[in-house]
Amino acid sequence: MYGKKVKLRFLFLVLILASAILAVFLILQSLKENVVYFQSPSEIKALIELNKKKIRVGGMVKEQSVFITSNEVEFIITDFKNEINVIYLGAVPNLFAEGKGVVAEGFLKDKNYFLATKILAKHDENYMPPEVKEAIGDK
Amino acid sequence: MLVSQIGYYSLILGLLFSFLLCGVSIKDLNSTSKQINENILSLSFLQLLLIIISFLSLIFSFIKSDFSNETVFNNSHTTKPLFYKISGTWGNHEGSLLLWLLVLTLFIFLFLIKSREQPKKYRILTLLFQQIIIIGFFLFVLITSNPFNYLFPIPSEGLGLNPILQDPALAIHPPILYLGYVGTSIIFSSSLAAVTQNYVSKEWSQHIKKWILVSWIFLTLGIMLGSIWAYYELGWGGFWFWDPVENVSLMPWLTLTALLHCIAVLERRAALKSWVIILSITTFTLSMCGTFLVRSGILNSVHTFANDPDRGVFILIFLFVLITLSLGIFFFFHKEDNKNSNSFFWLSRETSILINNWFMMYFLSVILIGTVYPIFLDVISSEKISVGPPFYQKLIVPFLIPFLLFMSLGPRLKWIKSKFVNKNSLIITFIISVMLTFFILKNLTTDLLFYTVLVSVAFFLFFTTLKELFINKFYNISQTVAHFGFSLLILSILFNSILSSEIITNIKIGEKYNYNKSEIFFKKTEERKKSNFNAIIGHFEIKDQSGKIVELKPEIRVYNQPVIITSEADIKTTLLDDKFLAMNLVKGNEYFNIRYQVKPFMIWIWISVLLLSLGGLMSLFKKKYEK
Repeated sequence: MYGKKVKLRFLFLVLILASAILAVFLILQSLKENVVYFQSPSEIKALIELNKKKIRVGGMVKEQSVFITSNEVEFIITDFKNEINVIYLGAVPNLFAEGKGVVAEGFLKDKNYFLATKILAKHDENYMPPEVKEAIGDK
Repeated sequence: MLVSQIGYYSLILGLLFSFLLCGVSIKDLNSTSKQINENILSLSFLQLLLIIISFLSLIFSFIKSDFSNETVFNNSHTTKPLFYKISGTWGNHEGSLLLWLLVLTLFIFLFLIKSREQPKKYRILTLLFQQIIIIGFFLFVLITSNPFNYLFPIPSEGLGLNPILQDPALAIHPPILYLGYVGTSIIFSSSLAAVTQNYVSKEWSQHIKKWILVSWIFLTLGIMLGSIWAYYELGWGGFWFWDPVENVSLMPWLTLTALLHCIAVLERRAALKSWVIILSITTFTLSMCGTFLVRSGILNSVHTFANDPDRGVFILIFLFVLITLSLGIFFFFHKEDNKNSNSFFWLSRETSILINNWFMMYFLSVILIGTVYPIFLDVISSEKISVGPPFYQKLIVPFLIPFLLFMSLGPRLKWIKSKFVNKNSLIITFIISVMLTFFILKNLTTDLLFYTVLVSVAFFLFFTTLKELFINKFYNISQTVAHFGFSLLILSILFNSILSSEIITNIKIGEKYNYNKSEIFFKKTEERKKSNFNAIIGHFEIKDQSGKIVELKPEIRVYNQPVIITSEADIKTTLLDDKFLAMNLVKGNEYFNIRYQVKPFMIWIWISVLLLSLGGLMSLFKKKYEK
């Protein structure tokens, strides 16, 4: 029959293939559970059903909307068509300011309230996340 | 202005030298002489010299704040301190590509000098392949990202360098990282040359191993510097965020590490030839992909200097050409010789290295998919998603358990066929690790079982390598040091994440904030003016449970050009923990937003990475292969 070497090689190939398939399956499975979708305030308004999953909301911080108390930060994200209230218990990044682009990550309480768990820092004041750019159109 | 001209024309001349070098090399390839044509060496040196001149002239323009140069205008400012004027040279797209080019030519020149004992044709072919890469980058720089563009009328002031880049760690991060990143190009070129010459052998592996080590050491240090910077400058208190830009540097590191282990198998057993070649090609391809993703503006980060689609398209085409070329060469020339019928046994060093490689490839796939999938999805369905840290943690952390276990046992095995000696002492070490872990962790974490297992295997590796270090002092000491460093790294990261605590609150001047018998007292603020920024310095007193008082003074800096607010965290580092305080101010508010963290064993993370590189360094300077 086949030599020992051929058998060994075959066994080896099967092992690698099997583990590779397993790995890919595992990765894709947890990818499904762990991706975070990005939505604009208008998209949220258009939602029929509220999703319990973590999402990101992006747009502009509305002028005169930031309100800080001793334990939370509240502000409004707008895409100039619709807006959403954000409540955040945490430290805001340096470049967070009224009239600037922002991306918040967290959960929807209802269509008007968003509980943020993270505000994403941006590195550059002129930089606008592409998602935000798209969300607010050409403005 | 004149200086820019010099820089520009030396670049063009450098490109001409590339063609000249190719011509001379091809001619020399067919000549009968045993030695390589000395002209090749001189030409290669001149090419390096030209790029050094070009690079120096760019640095000079930056120092002189010559705003007739567009790159300088976009990235510098007269009030910037000299040190950051210089580091600004490579803190931008054009300059950093010039640095790429510089490292590419530097490495091929060093390669030619260091490879005198190698076969002539192999050396020349390596040079040729490297020149193909160099020509590609010359064209890229000259066509899409010329660092010497001329501006008229000459602006009186520049736009300035992004302040978060004005930092000592970040000033040396790009050159170090590039030495590693671009260093993989030599591995790529020489493995292609070795394939065409059927020279993938023990001799080749001994010689190329040095180059793998050099790239690996620099890449390791480069990643660490970036991480240190992110830790104290971005003010989030973490050191790794699974950001796509971090991921693209980790991916070639993983394949390079796999290669480093495999090359030992090739060296000792003349096996795994194809795999070594594939890894070499993959490593460089990943470095190039990293450049593509970072430079094309697809990924969002501080590294993305300009969103110019032309650049992305250029790198993509270039990448495509290189991959096709290398795969073509691989399949056309590479023949797996079946003559050498090496005996193979399951329980051996080879198998354990294969297992190591399997894990490396798994970690690589996780990171690759996590990084690329969102881009892919955006292109095909324009859905915007992001993949966060939970994804990576969930897929990588559990697999560390078998990985660390194999890492503790593998190096105890001998080549070819082996059995475990001192089984009992290994078992005792393992039991001690488990007990120690349980004792430490029992009151600390919620997921006790999982963390006990995880920390135990980390301790197991820690103790086995430590013992090795004391008992067999010179037996493969470089490897033991590196593995010891890795175990220390994993341990510090684990304890750091288990024991870290964080307080985020908004506080006014003069207020006190109490929690868990500790107290944060915001005493006052103070203002300070510097040439390129104004700072507000907060004075905080923090009293911990034992009543010890630590003073921390974080800053908020308002840079003048460009106008950017950054916050400088204040960190008190001791061997046991880091106390980290960052503050932010939202415009027009009296509340300061503060983040106070106690991060245990932070400094050990950096120390262990240094140990890891030290292991590499020791291996590099090892005279002969130790038995």
